[in-house]
Amino acid sequence: MPRLDDHPWSGPCAKGAKHRSHLRASARGLEAKVGEMVTSSVSGPSPLVAHSARGTDPAHGPVSAGVGGHGSSGHINSWHHHLVQRSLVLFSVGVVLALVLNLLQVQRNVTLFPEEVIATIFSSAWWVPPCCGTAAAVVGLLYPCIDSHLGEPHKFKREWASVMRCVAVFVGINHASAKLDFANNVQLSLTLAALSLGLWWTFDRSRSGLGLGITIAFLATVITQLLVYNGVYQYTSPDFLYIRSWLPCIFFSGGVTVGNIGRQLAMGVPEKPHSD
Amino acid sequence: MSSQSGFLGSLRARLMLLHPSPNCSLRAESLVHVHFKEEIGIAELIPLVTTYIILFAYIYFSTRKIDMVKSKWGLALAAVVTVLSSLLMSVGLCTLFGLTPTLNGGEIFPYLVVVIGLENVLVLTKSVVSTPVDLEVKLRIAQGLSNESWSIMKNMATELGIILIGYFTLVPAIQEFCLFAVVGLVSDFFLQMLFFTTVLSIDIRRMELADLNKRLPPEACLPPAKPAGRPARFERQLAVRPSTPHTITLQPSSFRNLRLPKRLRVVYFLARTRLAQRLIMAGTVVWIGILVYTDPAGLRTYLTAQVTEQSPLGEGALASMPVPASGVLPASHPDPAFSIFPPGASKLPENQTLPGELPEPGAPAEGVHDSPAPEVTWGTEDEELWRKLSFRHWPTLFSYYNITLAKRYISLLPVIPVTLRLNPREALEGRHPQDGRSAWPPPQPGQGGLWEAGPKGPGTAQAHRDITLYKVAALGLASGIVLVLLLLCLYRVLCPRNYGQPGSGPGRRRRGDLPCDDYGYAPPETEIVPLVLRGHLMDIECLASDGMLLVSCCLAGHVCVWDAQTGDCLTRIPHPGQRQDSGVGSVLEAQESWERLSDGGKGGPEEPGDSPPLRHRPRGPPPASLFGDQPDLTCLIDTNFSAQPQLLEPAQPEPRYRAGCRRAQASPGYDFSHLVQRLYQEEGMAPVHTPALRPPSPGPTLPQAPEDEGGFPPEKGSPSLAWAPSADGSIWSLELQGSLIVVGRSSGRLEVWDAIEGTLRCSSEEVSSGITALVFLDKRIVAARLNGSLDFFSLETHTALSPLQFRGAPGRGSSPTSPMYSSSDAVACHLTHTVPCAHQKPITALKAAAGRLVTGSQDHTLRVYRLEDSCCLFTLQGHSGAITTVYIDQTMVLASGGQDGAICLWDVLTGSRVSHMFAHRGDVTSLTCTTSCVISSGLDDLISIWDRSTGIRLYSIQQDLGCGASLGVISDNLLVTGGQGCVSFWDLNYGDLLQTVYLGKNSEAQPARQILVLDNAAIVCNFGSELSLVYVPSVLEKLD
Repeated sequence: MPRLDDHPWSGPCAKGAKHRSHLRASARGLEAKVGEMVTSSVSGPSPLVAHSARGTDPAHGPVSAGVGGHGSSGHINSWHHHLVQRSLVLFSVGVVLALVLNLLQVQRNVTLFPEEVIATIFSSAWWVPPCCGTAAAVVGLLYPCIDSHLGEPHKFKREWASVMRCVAVFVGINHASAKLDFANNVQLSLTLAALSLGLWWTFDRSRSGLGLGITIAFLATVITQLLVYNGVYQYTSPDFLYIRSWLPCIFFSGGVTVGNIGRQLAMGVPEKPHSD
Repeated sequence: MSSQSGFLGSLRARLMLLHPSPNCSLRAESLVHVHFKEEIGIAELIPLVTTYIILFAYIYFSTRKIDMVKSKWGLALAAVVTVLSSLLMSVGLCTLFGLTPTLNGGEIFPYLVVVIGLENVLVLTKSVVSTPVDLEVKLRIAQGLSNESWSIMKNMATELGIILIGYFTLVPAIQEFCLFAVVGLVSDFFLQMLFFTTVLSIDIRRMELADLNKRLPPEACLPPAKPAGRPARFERQLAVRPSTPHTITLQPSSFRNLRLPKRLRVVYFLARTRLAQRLIMAGTVVWIGILVYTDPAGLRTYLTAQVTEQSPLGEGALASMPVPASGVLPASHPDPAFSIFPPGASKLPENQTLPGELPEPGAPAEGVHDSPAPEVTWGTEDEELWRKLSFRHWPTLFSYYNITLAKRYISLLPVIPVTLRLNPREALEGRHPQDGRSAWPPPQPGQGGLWEAGPKGPGTAQAHRDITLYKVAALGLASGIVLVLLLLCLYRVLCPRNYGQPGSGPGRRRRGDLPCDDYGYAPPETEIVPLVLRGHLMDIECLASDGMLLVSCCLAGHVCVWDAQTGDCLTRIPHPGQRQDSGVGSVLEAQESWERLSDGGKGGPEEPGDSPPLRHRPRGPPPASLFGDQPDLTCLIDTNFSAQPQLLEPAQPEPRYRAGCRRAQASPGYDFSHLVQRLYQEEGMAPVHTPALRPPSPGPTLPQAPEDEGGFPPEKGSPSLAWAPSADGSIWSLELQGSLIVVGRSSGRLEVWDAIEGTLRCSSEEVSSGITALVFLDKRIVAARLNGSLDFFSLETHTALSPLQFRGAPGRGSSPTSPMYSSSDAVACHLTHTVPCAHQKPITALKAAAGRLVTGSQDHTLRVYRLEDSCCLFTLQGHSGAITTVYIDQTMVLASGGQDGAICLWDVLTGSRVSHMFAHRGDVTSLTCTTSCVISSGLDDLISIWDRSTGIRLYSIQQDLGCGASLGVISDNLLVTGGQGCVSFWDLNYGDLLQTVYLGKNSEAQPARQILVLDNAAIVCNFGSELSLVYVPSVLEKLD
């Protein structure tokens, strides 16, 4: 289920990456091997964690899915209502993030091709924001679901301020990857990997979050590879099979961020009437 | 690309032709384009706006959590100001140390704010706000800070670590960002500690004052006249105890005179004169003045411009430069300004100096080839010299030529080194005439090689710039560490105690020869001569006072009434009738009864303050020297001639104290030797030689004494196993109110005496069980008996109550009802109610206040009765040993201490246990409370001060041996403890030893075993058989 909806999340990044790689093609060489290594090291532990998560799953079966933070599951209707609300919020968050990040990536191209900006945003990538929104909704609902299945509700820094911080850091990572000049792709990928792990450590710090993020990154990378292989996408300077090597890092941090939002929503929805 | 390389190649060839340079090693081919967009593009604006929206959402969600403060907006503003100003400081510091900001400040600003974060501020606020409200503000701040210290430090270390990792990515932009973030974090930390905490404390104080004003009745809100220095504490004191008529507070001025070690005096001097602030202010003013004067864009250039305005070359400094390659400049031409710099150029990034250098490299194209070519080397670091400049220089630079850069490109060609020789005169001629004045000194004619050596300058500057980043980082770290250490030292120096650390182990205070505090500071000792009240023959057992009168009772059964003001002995009530040594029993039964009721007599005299019964104290040294070698002997003597085994010793908590009481029976002038020998024979022990059992008679012998002795021997000689109800017992408890003394005897007899005339007004002896404790409140007397029953008496006068004008003492003003009974009234005492089985075991503690009566018993329970109808409200269980002491006051604070060494605080309204503290090894001997703390003393000779709301031990005071329970609370912040021949005053809030007063000159003074604080700022210390009346040395004053 995640893999069907996950891949559009790669939309803006992939688009931006395409342009970026196109831009850099003249100036810098590619180093595919190290990027591959990084990606494999990131996605390496994922089956293990996923397996362990699956293993503990039946033990906590009675805990109803999606209850986490909601407390009483008596009102099915209101629960559904909350679910719809949450997914709507997540969807809109995903759309907005996709637009902004797309713009951020495209903005890089402005330096060379200013006349293409508007066309790039609104013509070619019309399908990207909805897909990103859907993916965000799915991932954001998946995180609290997994949490409640594992029976360990996420308690680390559960507040909106932390979520906002996380989103800001995520945007910052994208910003940095779009705007900074790196010496080579290895440096870029390593830096982004470290930043992503720092993001997870700062705002999530749960095993399930790490596992899910790595899984998402892995699946999204595979799907993107497939897409590019089938010709939907194109990378002018792929350094990791068909895509850029730092893409998994962006996927990972995006998954963690959206999961963070989803968890907060799952917890915060019943509280909102109180606070108002 | 090919056209570029072709262009470059031809250009290079052309230049080579013009100026052949033999040693050109640079072959860079890359061309850099700098594009200048339109000022505001919508595409750029959207992500920027998004990040700012996220930033504001973050700030909103963060500051929304601020709660329970007076002004949420104010605190939120302070939090934001903290972060913003720390960022400003960070930018300022970085530029001060030579870092040129290249990042777009508006872009990285939100990320910097997010990285630095508001978390610490909020955590701090939450923690401080959640501390108990009734504490003082600085204590709340200190507690809140110390509660969160670990997490704050941990977070900061984590963030610093992450940022340092980011620093080693070696990407220049990230490095710069990290540098800003590190400096910002450190300065943010200090701003939190020094700025935000201040704001927070102000806010909390505002809230507390507002709350108090809300809570208090309007007449209590009258501004306090005297203690202007401590308004908050004063008001709180009034709020809690509104009915206390005599509130004794330390007056600030005399208080300061009292303590003041030298280091504090220095600090006070600094604080009073605000020397540091003024120095800093003066320095700042001077510094700003210097800045304004030396600022290149500031005053001085303005003055220069004003001066040179009249001259024809006035505006030439900026605009009259010859444009070197004027035609091709907008499109793509290397800007020759950056190819060769004069040596000082890299240090002068000001815009107007740059054009001044343009003529030099480009102007005289007809180079002079006659002199030998000097060695000029070009390194690769010279290639990208232009990156040192901020991109904002370009628009400034081009604006001098009236060229806008919007939507255009600047193309930077690779460096093509050109060597050309100039002789100094030509160079001088080529210069602008104002150059000599403005930028750098004119070249001396002798320095011919000045310009030729030029290109080396930027090379070293480049290397220099590389290490600048690291230097700044190292400097920031080092300065942070130094600042932390400095603050630590300051804290150590300035803060007298670690009052902010409730969790740390209790600071145990050992007193050596001289009493001193933790820092070895011994306050000045004063010797004052106390008023010694002599007249008792035996150790004084019970003390009672109502402020005007002081009643003491010794073991011999004499009751003396003293004037608490003057120390005169007003009345002496001798032991009535024959002496009945009923306070003792046979040693055989006594031994087993000790285990059973090992703390029977705890609830002796009822003094609402903190005077534990004397019986618990070990005896003083002189009696010990007399009886020390044969304590058994004295016990045996006693047991022999006292015949009432059932009414003994609730008085002796421990065997080792027993000797002190046993001695009581040895009245002067009587020879016990035959009794002793008989006893020894019965016991099968060899008689040892018996000394003359004559206790010292310190005072003048009383005239009544021989009469007592006269009636004494026959009683003792005939042991009657049956208890005679009519016989008198020894006095176990004593209460005084007005002019009436209520005496409870071991025989169960309750007597009411007139304190002035020494006459027995009435008595009641329905029950034959000894009265262990008494409460005399208004017209109601409650007697707790050894068999666990409670008797409620009411006192009735047959004539109308008329308040007696009393001994010329100053009027008691608004003191609570303490009726004075005139001597002509006939007083009757009626038993109104009896609770037959209030406790299963003897009642050891009895207190009454606020309409409640609390009893504590050896059956480990406490009971709360309503005073008016003697209805039992609660039975409080929670101790695992016999109750030894109970405290209750008007504010319904109930505390109890037991033999298990535990202290329990109870809620009188609900009967629930509020807190439970393991206080002492061994019994808790006395217990008292102030508005903020609980003070307990135990058999381990420790006095412990506890925080009343949290139950955390604040500190302990080690007492001298035998003085364990001698303590008294003078006011809410002054504690008196007794020592060997001295009394010490402590500041309760901080645990500072304020002063030690020695009573008398002899060094081998007796320990003060009991301290009773009178209302008129006098302290009664009990030294064995004599009392000392000490007036508190001029630090106390009646408030009203």
